Amino acid sequence: MTSVILQQPTEAKAARKANRGFIHGLITNKKAMTGMAIMLVFIGLALAAPLLFPGDPSRITGMASLEPDGEHWLGTTAKGQDVLALTIHGARSSLLVGLTVGVASTFIGILVGLASAYFGKFIDEGLSLLTNVFLLLPGLPLLVILAAFLPPGLGTVILVLTVTGWAGSARVLRSQALSIRSKDFVAAAVVSGERAGRIMFREILPNMASIVMGTLLACVIYGIGAQAGLEFLGLGDVSTVSWGNNLFWAGNEGALLTGSWWVFIPSGFCIALVAFALALINYAVDEVTNPRLRKIRKPATTERSAAQ
Amino acid sequence: MSHAVHSPARPDVSTQTPALEVRGLGKTFHIGALFSSQAVRALHRVDLTIGRGEIVALVGESGSGKSTLARCVARLEKPSEGAILLDGVDVLKRDRFQASRKFRSQLQMVFQDPFGSLNPAHRIEHFLRRSLAIHGKGGTGQGSEEQTRQRLEELMTTVGLQADMLNSYPHELSGGQRQRVAIARALAVEPQVILADEPTSMLDVSVRIGVLNLMRKLRDEQGISMLYITHDLASARYLADRTAVMFAGEIVEEGESLDLLAHPAHPYTQLLVSAVPDPTRAGSYDPVHRATLRQAVMASTTCAFENDPDQRCSAEEPVRHQVGDPLNRHWVRCHLYRPGAGAGGHALATEPSTTVQ
Amino acid sequence: MTVSQTSFGSHEPVLDVKNLTVKYIGDTRSTTAVDNVSFSIGAGEVFGLAGESGCGKSTIANSIMRLLKDPADIAAGSISFGGKDVLAMSQDELRRFRWQDVAMVFQSAMNSLNPVLTIGEQMADIFTTHAGYSRKESLRRAAQLLELVRIDPARLKSYPHQLSGGMRQRAVIAMAVALKPSLLILDEPTTALDVVVQQEIMAQIKDLQRELGFSVLFITHDMSLMVELSHRMAVMYGGRIVETAKAHDIYTAPGHPYTQALMGAFPPLTGPRIPLTGLPEGVKFHNIPDLAEVAPGHFVAPFDADAEAAVLEGAAQ
Repeated sequence: MTSVILQQPTEAKAARKANRGFIHGLITNKKAMTGMAIMLVFIGLALAAPLLFPGDPSRITGMASLEPDGEHWLGTTAKGQDVLALTIHGARSSLLVGLTVGVASTFIGILVGLASAYFGKFIDEGLSLLTNVFLLLPGLPLLVILAAFLPPGLGTVILVLTVTGWAGSARVLRSQALSIRSKDFVAAAVVSGERAGRIMFREILPNMASIVMGTLLACVIYGIGAQAGLEFLGLGDVSTVSWGNNLFWAGNEGALLTGSWWVFIPSGFCIALVAFALALINYAVDEVTNPRLRKIRKPATTERSAAQ
Repeated sequence: MSHAVHSPARPDVSTQTPALEVRGLGKTFHIGALFSSQAVRALHRVDLTIGRGEIVALVGESGSGKSTLARCVARLEKPSEGAILLDGVDVLKRDRFQASRKFRSQLQMVFQDPFGSLNPAHRIEHFLRRSLAIHGKGGTGQGSEEQTRQRLEELMTTVGLQADMLNSYPHELSGGQRQRVAIARALAVEPQVILADEPTSMLDVSVRIGVLNLMRKLRDEQGISMLYITHDLASARYLADRTAVMFAGEIVEEGESLDLLAHPAHPYTQLLVSAVPDPTRAGSYDPVHRATLRQAVMASTTCAFENDPDQRCSAEEPVRHQVGDPLNRHWVRCHLYRPGAGAGGHALATEPSTTVQ
Repeated sequence: MTVSQTSFGSHEPVLDVKNLTVKYIGDTRSTTAVDNVSFSIGAGEVFGLAGESGCGKSTIANSIMRLLKDPADIAAGSISFGGKDVLAMSQDELRRFRWQDVAMVFQSAMNSLNPVLTIGEQMADIFTTHAGYSRKESLRRAAQLLELVRIDPARLKSYPHQLSGGMRQRAVIAMAVALKPSLLILDEPTTALDVVVQQEIMAQIKDLQRELGFSVLFITHDMSLMVELSHRMAVMYGGRIVETAKAHDIYTAPGHPYTQALMGAFPPLTGPRIPLTGLPEGVKFHNIPDLAEVAPGHFVAPFDADAEAAVLEGAAQ
């Protein structure tokens, strides 16, 4: 008969597995692995595109509006371009813009959220007002107006999407930062004499890791989707090859009217699939970091010792 | 095994400049919309003095304002009025907008929640190192790492922890150990005054004494002055040289600990003393006596010192009456002075009606 | 109102826990929260269960009410209430058992009152659900209950946030005794309250107990409070009971070093200042054996002399 003392373990290694536990948790999580696998495939294809389909993907390689066959796996567009080449190359632009917009929006959101939460009072009022204004402004018309006035190019697209996308993440990050701000360890850091910058980035931010991750993923999804939307309206950089532009040309050239499904379905499907993969990773990170969301699994054997 | 220990002869602190002096401190919180006039008066005309190498306990119940006082003195909140003197210098005047580094090196704070006062994202070493680095206690140039390392180990030993815990994360330590780390962090800057806001109330009973003994040791060996805030009278008596009693944001009685608790003069102090669970005094709860005391706190019509020719009573001004031997510096506020409107909060308002049954 | 009312002073124990073992089954390992614990509570008796965080006392309380959730699992032992096996009860029987036979006041229960319902609604709820009374009758009985705990019945219309902490706790206690259970479990009932209010709540509980005659399982870490209120008590450490006796005997002659440490952790309010030690860090008790009788009705788990020496040594530091 043994008795286990339920005191906090003082061995140092006991839960240094905190970090390793996170990785381990992700690796064993089906959602995470599925999502990451999909993303890796897309990233791989995007990077390998120039090798797989050398040359300009928008050059004409065959007869117009051919159905998928041996030579053109996904057929050709109304102009005679190879749809598969366009789709794979399209990944490059879409993923790049999505990632950049995601990172930039999250970064601005972090700055605004932390500053609001830490300084409080007037700075908080001002930044919150700014955030709310940007949240309320109708996104799409603003996108359209900005895109119409600025010179066309990938940079404009990224700028426009970041400007309209930062407010959402700022609001979420501000709430989280506020709840951490009220904790004793922040007051303890203030009393120790730490400077504001260090407290924001070295005390508060590390405790927001999982929500920052979630916000980042959400912003990337937003970036990809909004870029596609802009480009579909013809406001993106029409000269680049991207999923959104593919859809734009498909609409322009009447693919829907002619029933050439192979022209618009691949790009649309890719956008949806990437968004889906990112969402899966997001759920998985939530599950791993918040133990309460995990499904309880009973181990195969439960000991039942006989009453003594 | 028990033997009486008399406190080592205290240096006469009344002649030296006090380590910490609070004068007329007041704090009012404005609530409601931006221009509303609704306000909560958390502190009112608080005077408190802590001599060098002295521990003063501040006792009172939740809502009495003791944590607000600690936060104001630590400059985590801005007082509405009053002065805070460290070593004789009014720091609110010297550093008007925010606390200076010098202030932070003179006064440190230990918080109530051992689970919340250490950032879970950092190792123990980080907390101590940062304290040393910010205030330049780690030395600079050649050999500074060695010096820092040594200092870290010294700190851990002083608070009774093993040096190898420096590598651990807070969640690997028990509540008592975390609180010791918090104390080590405060010690790293070599402060003159430490404010301890209920440092043991969230700890297991058996480890509380250990932390209190550590605080006493620091006072004895390093001469650090402390303000010990608690709602536990017994521990205040155990640790502190002097005790002050706070009610509704004001100090109502103060004096040498043993004397104050043996002869509580203010009805609120009497109420607190009678409420402490004491197995030898089982079955001592007397609702009538309780109601009388409550009445005396909120709206007294007589004062015990009414007939004393040397001590003038006043219902308008908070006059202090001296109690007993002057050496104990035990004073009580005149009973005729009523607490402000809306005071009394939890313990005394809306309590069992003695009329029913 | 109770299903099985044990008569006052009868020898049949109201609650009999035998060899209870509860484990928490985790992903990689399992922890034993309660290890082979046995005790019994007689009719009209106040039984105190003392111990610090993590010793398993709350787990025991939840086991008695069958409130344990995954990953907690009752691995062995039996709990019988008035002769009936609690662990074997069906869902229907449990529903009748809970609140009518045994009621519990949880830790910080006063903060768990439903904020959007009035006190009256929450109390009447008990009667309409368990006893099937009409709403009017239930409200009438709720008013009676409030009077029992000396709260003005007009407060039936108040919301929880309009009452002070002490009043809320008394309301919660009233709700617990509404159906006149035979056993009331109190899990740290006064921890979140100030000392003045705490004394009033304790007096209230004593009054109720004298009037209604129920037994009490009183769980707390505050030893002075427990000794004041309990008839008999047990001290728990790491899932095991290390000592059990009449409260007075434990106070005057604690046998186990852990009990001594707990008793010594309370500075006195009178007399000279004596240095105390509590339990020094690093002193742990492993493999606690079964209890042995050292005096009539006083049981102590045998310990090795080293442990006691360590506790005493800590005094020298």
